[in-house]
Amino acid sequence: MILLELLWSFFQIGLFSIGGGYAAMPLIQRQVVDVHPWLTMTQFADIMAIAEMTPGPIAINSATFVGIQVAGIPGAIVATLGCILPSCVIVMTLAYIYYRFRGLKMVQGILAGLRPAVVAMIASAGISLVILAFFGQRALPEDLSGIDCIAVLIFASGFFILRKWKVNPICVMAGAGVLGVLLYSVFP
Amino acid sequence: MRCEKGRYAQLFGETFRLSACTFGGGFVIIPLMRKRFVEELNWIEEQEMMDLTAIAQSSPGAIAVNASILVGYHVGGLPGALLTVLGTVLPPLIIISVISFFYTAFRDNPIVNMAMTGMLAGVAAVICDVVVTMLKGIFKQRRLLPVIVLLAAFIAVRFLGVNIILVILACGLTGAADTLYRERAGRERT
Repeated sequence: MILLELLWSFFQIGLFSIGGGYAAMPLIQRQVVDVHPWLTMTQFADIMAIAEMTPGPIAINSATFVGIQVAGIPGAIVATLGCILPSCVIVMTLAYIYYRFRGLKMVQGILAGLRPAVVAMIASAGISLVILAFFGQRALPEDLSGIDCIAVLIFASGFFILRKWKVNPICVMAGAGVLGVLLYSVFP
Repeated sequence: MRCEKGRYAQLFGETFRLSACTFGGGFVIIPLMRKRFVEELNWIEEQEMMDLTAIAQSSPGAIAVNASILVGYHVGGLPGALLTVLGTVLPPLIIISVISFFYTAFRDNPIVNMAMTGMLAGVAAVICDVVVTMLKGIFKQRRLLPVIVLLAAFIAVRFLGVNIILVILACGLTGAADTLYRERAGRERT
């Protein structure tokens, strides 16, 4: 019974979080703190902090965490499943439509109009991430002196290496992690 | 579909590794996928990746999951899509499951924090690299409209906080109007 409730709650979260990431946060809070007594507000804040620190989409991370708290590993699997089910159905339908009609001139025109917007969105996400890495918060602070020089150094060397030698991004990220541990322990 | 057993295994492995590296929210996986699947493996064309991104953005659910469904569907049909979803979902599922048993210790561990802060700067560098490459592609078209759409969409998303769905709709309509206008102009010339 509890598994069905988990499935249904995260199905709704998956269905109504359009725009991804932070758009899902209030929906998750409503389902797991307000509607069901699965997490306390402190636990919810903790899972948001952990979701930000660990890889993966926030909705999937919180689904796993809530699922484990409520019903162990099966709970985690069921909650994650509920979360991705709406995506699977809707996106696969859209993919089918896209590959069937993208040869049409009109569809090509519409898609051409979307491409600059996609670049703009990635650029915006990139800037947010640079601010988060440099200042440890999402919004640019008024006082810029709190900048994290080590993060700037890691960022700059990563960017330089990527532009110059086209290395695998996963190597850059792993290197950045190692460099972070080394530099932050030497210059606390 | 051009697909054999090895390709399925690689599809799963690639999405698994990418998903394990998407720090800083789901959208980060888009530039990572672009770098790997478009630039390095040549499985997807540049333009197609942008279309898939727009679809992933405007569909409900986690963007990383949506994008991996689209990539998997393109490379390996329905089985491909199921494999990439599994590859995307497993790393967070495993990592969070392990962490949830000692999450307060994990949250307060200084070494973990140092590594995570370093990796965040690394991810930011990867995204900026992809943005520079994509911007070059837009400016290479030597047309004014894409540049205007780019700037308008950027201001709308970044500074005005406009809903992403509305931005995508407006840009799609602009593209449609542009196509109609150019067809008419082309017909009058002949």
